[in-house]
Amino acid sequence: MKVTVPRLVDDPALSISIAPATKKRSRQWLRVLSPVALLLLWQIGCSSGWISSRTLAAPSQVIASFIELTANGSLQHNLLVSLGRVVKGMSLALLVGGSLALLAGLSRTGEYVIDAPMQMLRTLPVLALIPFFIIWFGIGEVPKVALVAVAALFPIYLTLYSGIRGVDPKLVELARIIGLSRGALVRHVILPGALPTALVGVRYSLGISWLILVAAEQVNATSGIGYLMNDARDFMRIDILVVGLLIYALLGLIVDILVRWLERRLLGWRPSFVGTAA
Amino acid sequence: MNDQTVNVCGLTRRFGNTLALDHVDLAIESGEFVALLGRSGSGKSTLLRTLAGLDAPTAGSVQVPNERMVVFQEPRLLPWKTAAQNVALGLKGSDAKEQARAALVEVGLEHRLDAYPGTLSGGEAQRTALARALVRDPKLLLLDEPFAALDALTRMRMHVLIESLWKRHRLSVLLITHDVDEAILLADRALVIDRGRLVASIAIDLPRPRDLSQPGFFALRKQLLTAIGVTDVELREPAAKEPQAASDGTVAADSIVMA
Repeated sequence: MKVTVPRLVDDPALSISIAPATKKRSRQWLRVLSPVALLLLWQIGCSSGWISSRTLAAPSQVIASFIELTANGSLQHNLLVSLGRVVKGMSLALLVGGSLALLAGLSRTGEYVIDAPMQMLRTLPVLALIPFFIIWFGIGEVPKVALVAVAALFPIYLTLYSGIRGVDPKLVELARIIGLSRGALVRHVILPGALPTALVGVRYSLGISWLILVAAEQVNATSGIGYLMNDARDFMRIDILVVGLLIYALLGLIVDILVRWLERRLLGWRPSFVGTAA
Repeated sequence: MNDQTVNVCGLTRRFGNTLALDHVDLAIESGEFVALLGRSGSGKSTLLRTLAGLDAPTAGSVQVPNERMVVFQEPRLLPWKTAAQNVALGLKGSDAKEQARAALVEVGLEHRLDAYPGTLSGGEAQRTALARALVRDPKLLLLDEPFAALDALTRMRMHVLIESLWKRHRLSVLLITHDVDEAILLADRALVIDRGRLVASIAIDLPRPRDLSQPGFFALRKQLLTAIGVTDVELREPAAKEPQAASDGTVAADSIVMA
């Protein structure tokens, strides 16, 4: 059944269309059609020899390689190694970036000492640091984790710092009136107030850490998704390269879902979240 | 009951070249309800902020009790805490939760204890702010246009509530308002401030509970409007919305910095 809503204004951009929920769901399903069609085209192109196997592997072949890599355990192993590096790097970034932001955000001296150098350092392209990190830390695990940590540190620092400074001064004044101690002020007013902004930084940092890992793992790595892809390149295994790409995309997606979940848990007080929190 | 809760002598406050308060003398007796009327920028908010300890005087002496609380025009609730948590915040002792609950029940919000401020109506949020002030058992309650942002019906309910709370808790109240009727409905005495000087002090001795149809109400209204300097001519002209005074409420973002 089609529901028509009379137009308020004769401008399609201003008109409101209201459709029953079921109708909406069936439309959303239609959105899948276009990607599926693209996949089909890709498969047909490869099968017919129109796309050379030296250019791109067919989806069927990618799936086969995925199953093969999973069966011999190398995918899981390398994924875990990469995951470990991101977790270590992110933890370091959260610890260091968070502490620096707290110091700079809560005290004037801290701001003078910390903020200016941080603002300068953040303009350095992290990838250009790879040679330095190899000279300083060798070619083992340390430079890879350090690279992730440095890259992830800045978004965390910047968002938490600006979040702290952006807390409504009226609420800080109120805390003074009801006689909150400095510790209670930070815990109950400033940190919760800075959290929404800081979480945006965490999300951004997680995205960056995977990005940096791709580059870091191509340098003298013997394990990790980046190594898997590097190895595949050397042997012209385009199918494995595509698997690697897909894994990276999937990881990005999972991380995003995770942070969204975290936001819903931590920011349930926001009016826009009230509906889903119940 | 002749002891004074507030005693201000020769209070002067300068912001650069502008004189916000000019030798203000003010005494509020224990249990007295005083309304402070004035136009925007007359210095009424500066006076309240000085009494609240949020602003330091340039000259003069200010005696206020330590037990004082402020309710602002905007409720200033922490959006990430429920109504009950907001009221309990900073309370010491194991029964803080129970005290907060009792305070919210007193202002008629027993059904909204666990609601987040984002889901409260304007009147409910303001009642929560009142509960947060009362739970600390203040001797002096400073109200900075607390009803100005509420709709007319909610404001009338708040008037009744504030009067009963004032009676029950035997508070001294300083209510800042630009609403002459509000001042007459609630206060024992109305002060008028103009360009930093207290220009009138008018006793309001109408019997309580008061309403607009009481004999004497309109005489007082006219008297107060004249003291504020509002003339009939001015009232007939299209009202230009006056800007809020710079000293209203906000402090610099720097106030978060503590060291």
